[in-house]
Amino acid sequence: MMIYLDHAATAPVDDRVLEKMYEVEKETFGNPSSIHSHGRKAKYYLEAARSYLAGSIHAKEEEIVFTSGGTEANNLAIIGTAIENEYKGNHIITSQQEHHAIIHIMEYLQKKGFHVTYLPVNEKGQVDPNDIKRTLTDQTILVSVMYANNETGVIQPIEEIAALLKDHQAYFHTDAVQAYSMLDINVKKSGIDLLTTSGHKLNAPKGIGFLFANEKVAIEPMNYGGMQERSKRPGTENLIGAVGFHKAAQIAVEQRSANVEKYQGFKDLFLSVLKEKEVQFEVNGALDLQLPNIVNISFSGIPIDVMLTNLDLAGVSASSGSACTAGSVEPSHVLKAMFSFRSERPNNSIRFSFGTANTTENVTEAAIKTAEIAHRLGK
Amino acid sequence: MNENKRIVVGMSGGVDSSVTALLLKQQGYEVVGVFMKNWDDTDEFGVCTATKDYEDVMKVCHQIGIPYYTVNFEEQYWEKVFTYFLDEYKNGRTPNPDVMCNKEIKFKAFLDYALSIGAEYVATGHYARIVEQDGQKWLLRGKDNNKDQTYFLHQIKPDVLEKVLFPLGDLDKKEVRKIAEENNLATATKKDSTGICFIGEKNFKTFLSEYLPAQPGEMQSMNGDVQGNHDGLMYYTIGQRHGLGIGGEGEPWFVVGKNLDNNVLYVEQGDQNEYLYSDRLIARNVNWLKDMPETFTCTAKFRYRQKDTPVTVTKLDEQSVQVDFFHNERAVTPGQSVVLYQGDICLGGGTIEEIIKENKKLDYVG
Repeated sequence: MMIYLDHAATAPVDDRVLEKMYEVEKETFGNPSSIHSHGRKAKYYLEAARSYLAGSIHAKEEEIVFTSGGTEANNLAIIGTAIENEYKGNHIITSQQEHHAIIHIMEYLQKKGFHVTYLPVNEKGQVDPNDIKRTLTDQTILVSVMYANNETGVIQPIEEIAALLKDHQAYFHTDAVQAYSMLDINVKKSGIDLLTTSGHKLNAPKGIGFLFANEKVAIEPMNYGGMQERSKRPGTENLIGAVGFHKAAQIAVEQRSANVEKYQGFKDLFLSVLKEKEVQFEVNGALDLQLPNIVNISFSGIPIDVMLTNLDLAGVSASSGSACTAGSVEPSHVLKAMFSFRSERPNNSIRFSFGTANTTENVTEAAIKTAEIAHRLGK
Repeated sequence: MNENKRIVVGMSGGVDSSVTALLLKQQGYEVVGVFMKNWDDTDEFGVCTATKDYEDVMKVCHQIGIPYYTVNFEEQYWEKVFTYFLDEYKNGRTPNPDVMCNKEIKFKAFLDYALSIGAEYVATGHYARIVEQDGQKWLLRGKDNNKDQTYFLHQIKPDVLEKVLFPLGDLDKKEVRKIAEENNLATATKKDSTGICFIGEKNFKTFLSEYLPAQPGEMQSMNGDVQGNHDGLMYYTIGQRHGLGIGGEGEPWFVVGKNLDNNVLYVEQGDQNEYLYSDRLIARNVNWLKDMPETFTCTAKFRYRQKDTPVTVTKLDEQSVQVDFFHNERAVTPGQSVVLYQGDICLGGGTIEEIIKENKKLDYVG
């Protein structure tokens, strides 16, 4: 049996989500922009999804922009605000441990003349809000810090950062692709201006996500066309994706506290089996600051590719940082940011992430297999 | 009986390694395809040939029904192969990176990696055979003599042969293509790669000039007459005719040697020019694939795809030999390998260091 421990990469679509999508697609194929009955029906489902998703983060409906996923939402949030607000300044603050869907956008903006500060990350896996305070200038127009890191699961001091920016012109964007399913996010209370989500991380299909953009944030669209999504993201809407996202988010919200407990249990179980089997390992990032469903483990002396291949051949699907060209894995930029340049951790750490495909039995079995491999390869 | 034996196949995205994986799968082994990424050649458009080759590996492995992975040896390749490659050119010699790649990467780092993922053997699409006789494994030429690659494999350590399979050794290229076509493999009609892997289709001169400073200088004939100018000694190899840019009256010109100290390229006229010929060489870093006596007669190759020529070999020590040619040989080149054979058995070989004629070291060759 293959055991899936890579839910942070993507998660299987829930059966109830599939059923709902099938149902709606059968009922209406209309274009939400059409004024006839087909269109109205489609529009109803689209807006129902928008309404629910807005409520899930305590936002208003008109503040939700559907996108093709997290990457597009990040592009729209960052490039869109940077261009629109360039007259106020050209400085942006982000962190060294952001997803490539942030880092590469920032590099693009640097080429276009923006100044970008990449904040350091401590060994716990967090950015320090004081560093933001120190680097903020009257030229700063945007701060983008992820809600929780995708490799270590470490939750960032989002509210503290937002509080710092309360009386500053800079907008605050957070990539909440990993955090959204596990945490109860309140954009209003927290003071978040822009927030990115992605459906497929919480058992919705791939190809749907949304950007929350506070109604007061000025954004320049990335695409031009029709009036869809208040012209912020033109193009015929991915209705069936939105319906799937709607259903998946409902399930995630309803089951959140149960899932948090369950996945934390899986994480604790996984680590306790490794300990019991006397495996030499270290967890990257502070355990008490992490999302319950992600754990990042350093196996001293075992290169990432060797470990991942062994795990896969043993039927365990896990991952590391990001894939590079031609299927090769590169050392994790997140762990490089956390540890000294001498540290071997970026080259020997594996991310395990738990979710709906897991049971106590298969998590135990995966941990036993991981321990066996670590013993066979370890020095 | 093969089904529990895991074999890692080095997959390049070419037809040879594709068929290698297919044949082993048909024999019932548990086959794992692994793509070696040894070089980062991302071009100005952000595209690298490794990506295209890897896509072919994905397609073929999917067709055959085997898992595939990538292992990254860029660091080791740079350190062990590319550094050697540049150093040799700096010294005016003509290196053989494929020999070094087989020695240090494919049959060392890659083999270690394969063992670490539970493999009993590694297999590659080389045209060579490994045969067991008297409890020992011998490296034999591939049945397709035209394609035989033992020249590039002679530096493999003898104990490594125990862990290696060359399933194409008994086939010729046509048969391999036919198998690929019959099985509709995605790589069946893919062109064979030519040249050195990291240079690919790029111009050799341009490539080298990105890494080594070129120092133009004079071309002189052996009597000291200036015959023209060269673009940098590293761009030329012994026996080279094309690309010299000198012609005119009489027979064509050939590179016969180099003077590194004065940055002079020696050229002479005529394919059979006496300066091109030698009768003895000294080779070092010799690897033995068979125990041999202090002195013996066998055949040798001084370059890939050259015909075998009879020689007498005398061991100077365990890792160096003197090789005496039965007939004078043309354009024997320092930095290339001399590989020794008895019939089809590859005895081993080493790197050509000194070229000698009538008991005199030919200093002008390098």
